[in-house]
Amino acid sequence: MKSVEELKALREKALKELSIRDNENKTRIVVGMATCGIAAGAKPVMNAFVEEVAKRNIQDVTVTMTGCVGICRLEPIADVIDSNGEKTTYVKLTPEKARRIVAEHIVNKKPVIEYTIGAAEK
Amino acid sequence: MKDISLHLMDIVQNSISAGADKIILRIWVEPKQDTYQENSAKISYNLCCEIIDNGRGMEPEFAKKAADPFKTTRKTRNIGMGLPLLKLSAEMAGGELILESELNKGTRIKAFFDVDSIDRIPLGDVASTVKMLVMANPDITWNIWFSSSGEEFELDTDEIKKELEDIPLNNNAVLDWIEKTVNDGIRKVFGGVLDEVR
Ligand SMILES: Nc1ncnc2c1ncn2[C@@H]1O[C@H](COP(=O)(O)OP(=O)(O)OP(=O)(O)O)[C@@H](O)[C@H]1O
Ligand SMILES: [Mg+2]
Repeated sequence: MKSVEELKALREKALKELSIRDNENKTRIVVGMATCGIAAGAKPVMNAFVEEVAKRNIQDVTVTMTGCVGICRLEPIADVIDSNGEKTTYVKLTPEKARRIVAEHIVNKKPVIEYTIGAAEK
Repeated sequence: MKDISLHLMDIVQNSISAGADKIILRIWVEPKQDTYQENSAKISYNLCCEIIDNGRGMEPEFAKKAADPFKTTRKTRNIGMGLPLLKLSAEMAGGELILESELNKGTRIKAFFDVDSIDRIPLGDVASTVKMLVMANPDITWNIWFSSSGEEFELDTDEIKKELEDIPLNNNAVLDWIEKTVNDGIRKVFGGVLDEVR
């Protein structure tokens, strides 16, 4: 089976790149994937987060999802949970906004205030 | 929902919420039962999708209503939209939604669509759905299976884990490999069978 060979090669490569990482100190991006979120475009938003994090080779961030129901009219929604536990909720996201959040919030540690739930609810 | 990959993403959230640690996604094309006759002029086909989980399941009475909140005299306000929307997509395209659930055993959701119905939604990007699901839930055993006449594809994350040993499933290179492998599988199985797959 060809795929077994490919997986063996993947493993070798991954082992070389594996540095000791502190999983506890990871920033988490949690994208809302309940029905309303998906219908509003949460999947391409999550894709944009994943791609931007990979493109910038950022190691201490995980992108994940939750099926918990959010707030329909504000979807797609994502929480950025910093390593100190601080949570920022971003609403009405698009792939472009997701990429900007990675650049400014994740890389430069400056939350994008205008996309937050606080700004949307004003 | 625009396409089947979005429905799958959504329906699987139910399985995850139900505490499943094994989830099977099956997509296949089969001849319709009623037209499967050797002498019929044109055989028509159904596109079928199935999500099987080993989560906590539903009470029989609840399972009957779960996909049908409009019809029922529901007392709970918060019956969701995921299953009704899939049912709608299937019925608009000459198909159905079938739900089987057993308490503490698991749930099986099957939706099928007439392949050639003009109202059938396309497959969409199923490979990226699988990638994201594995990324966010690496501890779940995922089994992905596609088939059409003569072609078959299967991916099982337990088997991948065996080869990877100490490397986690949600390693980036592994996830990209999964996405590519699923995409190759879709092309192999559904190329020339579904218009949207080239
Ligand atoms: N695989 C499953 N296992 C156990 N219970 C399920 C499963 N799928 C659905 N259910 C039950 O049926 C209900 C309706 O599901 P549905 O997807 O339609 O809406 P929802 O998940 O509640 O909300 P949403 O609109 O975000 O999807 C769920 O709340 C859950 O109680
Ligand atoms: Mg749901």
